[in-house]
Amino acid sequence: MNKRHLYLLAGSLTAIGLILFFYKLIVMDFPLIPEVKTYIWSIEAHLTFEAGKKPVKVSMFIPRNSRRFTIMNENFVSKGYGVSVSTENGKRRVHWSIRKVKGPQSLYYHATVIRMDRDMLPYKPAISEKEKPDLEGAYLEASKALITEVRRKSADTDSLVAGLFKRLNTPEPGDSAALLLGKKATVQKKVDLSVQLLALAGIHARAVHGIHLEEQRREAPVIHWLEVYEKDSWLSYEPASGIRGVPEDYLVWWRGTEELVQAQGVKRLHVSLSVVRSEEAALQLAVEKGIIKKPILLDFSLFSLPVQTQAVYRVVLLVPIGVLFLVILRNVIGIRTFGTFMPVLIALSFRETQLLWGIILFTTLVGIGLLIRLYLEHLQLLVVPRLAAILIVVIGLMAFLSVLTHKLGLERGISVALFPMVILAMTIERMSIVWEEFGAIDAIKQGTGSLIAAMITYLIMTIKYIEHLVFVFPEILLIVLAATILLGRYSGFRLLELRRFKALSDIKSDV
Amino acid sequence: MFRIKKQLAAMGVLGINQRNAEYTLRYNPRYLYPLVDDKLRTKEIALKGGLAVPELYGLVGTEYQVRHLADLLKSYSDFAIKPSRGSGGEGILVVSGRTKELYRKIDGTLISSEEIGYHLFNIISGMYSLGGQPDKALIEYRVRFDPKFEPISYLGVPDIRVIVFLGVPAMSMVRLPTRMSAGKANLHQGAIGAGIDIANGTTLTAVWRNQIITEHPDTGNPVTGVEIPKWDTLLKIAARCYELTGLGYIGVDLVLDKDKGPLILELNARPGLSIQIANRSGLLPRLKLVEQHHTELVNLDDRLEFSKHNFGHKG
Repeated sequence: MNKRHLYLLAGSLTAIGLILFFYKLIVMDFPLIPEVKTYIWSIEAHLTFEAGKKPVKVSMFIPRNSRRFTIMNENFVSKGYGVSVSTENGKRRVHWSIRKVKGPQSLYYHATVIRMDRDMLPYKPAISEKEKPDLEGAYLEASKALITEVRRKSADTDSLVAGLFKRLNTPEPGDSAALLLGKKATVQKKVDLSVQLLALAGIHARAVHGIHLEEQRREAPVIHWLEVYEKDSWLSYEPASGIRGVPEDYLVWWRGTEELVQAQGVKRLHVSLSVVRSEEAALQLAVEKGIIKKPILLDFSLFSLPVQTQAVYRVVLLVPIGVLFLVILRNVIGIRTFGTFMPVLIALSFRETQLLWGIILFTTLVGIGLLIRLYLEHLQLLVVPRLAAILIVVIGLMAFLSVLTHKLGLERGISVALFPMVILAMTIERMSIVWEEFGAIDAIKQGTGSLIAAMITYLIMTIKYIEHLVFVFPEILLIVLAATILLGRYSGFRLLELRRFKALSDIKSDV
Repeated sequence: MFRIKKQLAAMGVLGINQRNAEYTLRYNPRYLYPLVDDKLRTKEIALKGGLAVPELYGLVGTEYQVRHLADLLKSYSDFAIKPSRGSGGEGILVVSGRTKELYRKIDGTLISSEEIGYHLFNIISGMYSLGGQPDKALIEYRVRFDPKFEPISYLGVPDIRVIVFLGVPAMSMVRLPTRMSAGKANLHQGAIGAGIDIANGTTLTAVWRNQIITEHPDTGNPVTGVEIPKWDTLLKIAARCYELTGLGYIGVDLVLDKDKGPLILELNARPGLSIQIANRSGLLPRLKLVEQHHTELVNLDDRLEFSKHNFGHKG
C-alpha cells in the first residue's frame, strides 16, 4: 500500500474541508459559536361580531416595527372582506370592509414577532400630535388644581409622573382627582387622564397600549402605560408604580387615546388577543430574513432544506463524529464492543432518553432479554426463529417499560421506544453466545465495553458546539473522513494491548 | 504507560493494528481466506497436498441429515463436532464415549442425541460462523493425543501453534488445557501457553494467566523442558501450509495423535498475538528477518534450516 497516496488523499480532503470552512467563516460570516435560540412569538387578534345586513367597516390598530421588536409575516384572515393597511403619524391600522354581510363574523390578524434590538432613531413627536387638554368647566379647574399640587411637590419629570400616579392610585385621591377619574378608575382611564394633566403642565405625553409577550396566553389582557417625551426621546412609565421603565417583553400594539377597534354596523364586538412563544435558531432566522448574504453556495447548503429535514440532518451529521470516536475507541484504545457500530446507535438513542435513563433502560432491557434468551435456549429453537422471538420480546418489553414508567410519572422512560430494537436483539443474542462459550466475565466485559463506548460517543455527540459546527460547516466531514482514513493505517499498539503485553515487558526487565 | 510502550517497541512486540496493517492485509490476499476459514476446504487442500488431517466421518449440512443423525453416528463411539466456518474455537463439541442413548462429553457430563441434534441445528443455521451465514457441521475423528502430553494437560487436547511467515516457521508454542480453561486450548480462557524452541522442539517457560509457571497447575508436572516428539515433522508440515494455501502469514494448529502422528487441526489467517507472551519475545524482529531473506530461501529445507538457525533459543 502506497503511504504517499494515503497522505495525499487525506491531505487534500483536509485542505478542501478547511478552505470551505474558512471561506464560510470569514467571507460569509457564518457563526462559529453555537447559535443562540431566539424566541419568536406568534400574535393573533381575533375579532368577533354580529353583522346586521348593513355595510360593515372595521378598523383596528396593528403593531409596527419598534426598536425592540420586528413584525414579520403579517396576514389577515377575513373571508370576503376588503382589506387595506394604512399608516398615519406612525400609527398602523388595518381596515376591513364589506358591503353586505349577515350573522356572526370572525376576522383574524396574525403576525410573527421577533426580538431584535437595534438602534433606530427615536420617533420625533409631531406638534400636531400633542394632546390638547380636552377639559371644560369644573373638570378643567379640578385638573389644574391637581397638576399644580403634584408639580409643586416634584423636582423633575420622573418625580412628577411618579407623584401623579401615586396620587391617582391612592384609594382616596381627593376631591379633584375623584371627580376626574369618575366611578370606575381603570388603568386605561388613569393613563388617559395623566396624558391630559401632563399636557396642562406643558409636558408631551401619550398613552401606550400593548400586550405582554408570554409563553402562551389566550385572551391576553391589554396593558396600558405612559410615554413621556423628554430630551429627544420617549420614556416609558409604569402606571401602577409611576416608575420609569416597563418590562422588555411588552409589545406596543398601538398608541394614543383611541380604542383598539373602531367599527361601524356591528353588534356585540369582541376582540381577543393571544400570544404563543416558540424557539427558533437565530441562524435560520438570519438566513430567512436575508441578514446573512445568500450566495449560490448557500442555496446548496443544508439551510435550503425544510426545517423538519434540517432537524433530521442535525442528528445524522453527528453520526460521523460518533463513528470517528468509535474508531479511536476500538483501534487506538482497544475497547471491545458488540457489533461494530452498535454503540453509536445506542448513543443516538441516549440523546432522547438522557444518559442516566438511557443506561438504566439499556441494561434493564439487555438483562431481561438475556434471561428470556436463556429460557428460549431450553426450548431448543433454531437460530433465526430464536432471534425473531428475542426481537419480539424486546419490542414487547420496550412497550411495557414505556407504559410502566409513564404510569409511574417518569416521562423519560417513554423515549425507550427510540432504542434500535434490532440492534438490541442482536446484542442479546451475541452476548449470550459469548456468555456460553467464553463465560460470564467475558460477556459482561464486552457488554460494559459497548456501554462505555456508547457513553463516550454520547457525551461527544451531545456537545452543542460540535452539533452546531457540523451542521453549519458540513465540510468538516471531509476532515473527519481524512482522519478516519489515516486511522485506517494506524499500526501502533492499542492502549489496552499494552496491559495485555505488560507481563512481557516485566519479565524481560527482570531477567 | 509510555515506558511500557517503549519497552514493548524495543522488544519488537507486534500489536493487532500492526499485524493487520503490515502483515495480514499485505501478505494474505482476501480471496484465499475461504481456504482457511472453511475447515472443510482446509481438509481438502491438506489431503491433496498429502498432509494428514483428522478423518472426516460425516458432514451435516441440512436439517434432514440431523434427523438421521443416529445412522450417521452408529459406528462411532467417539467423535468431535465442529462448525466448518467457526472461529476462535466456538461451537466445538467433543464426545469421548457413549452408552446406549447418551453421549459422554470430555468433561464427563452426559448429553442426549437430541441435544446433539440441537447443537447441529445451531451450527447449520450459522450461530458460530462469521456473519451468521449458514454453515455445515463436521463430524470427525476425535484426536487421542500422544501420551507424552498426558502429564501436562487437563481434559482437552493440547495443540501446537506455529506462526508461519512466507513459509518460514517464525514462532511456536504448545497450548495446554487446564481445569480453568475447561479443556479448551485458548490462552485467553486460562490455558497454558508454553513457547517452543524451534531448533529442538523443547518447551521454554510457560505462561499461565500472564504469569510464569514451571508446573501444570492441575497436574503438578513440569511444563518446561518438555521435549515434543516428532518435532521436525511437525515443523515441516507447518511450513508446507504456506504452499498449500498461498497465504503469507498464517497460524498453523497441529496436534500429535498417538496413532496417526501429526495432524493439521486448522489454519488461521489472523493468528493471535498471545504467542509472543508464551515465548516472551516479540514477533517483529523475526518477521523482519524473514522479509529480508525470503527470496534466498528457495526450497522447504532452506526455510526450515533458516528458521532453526535463526529462531532457536540461544543460551
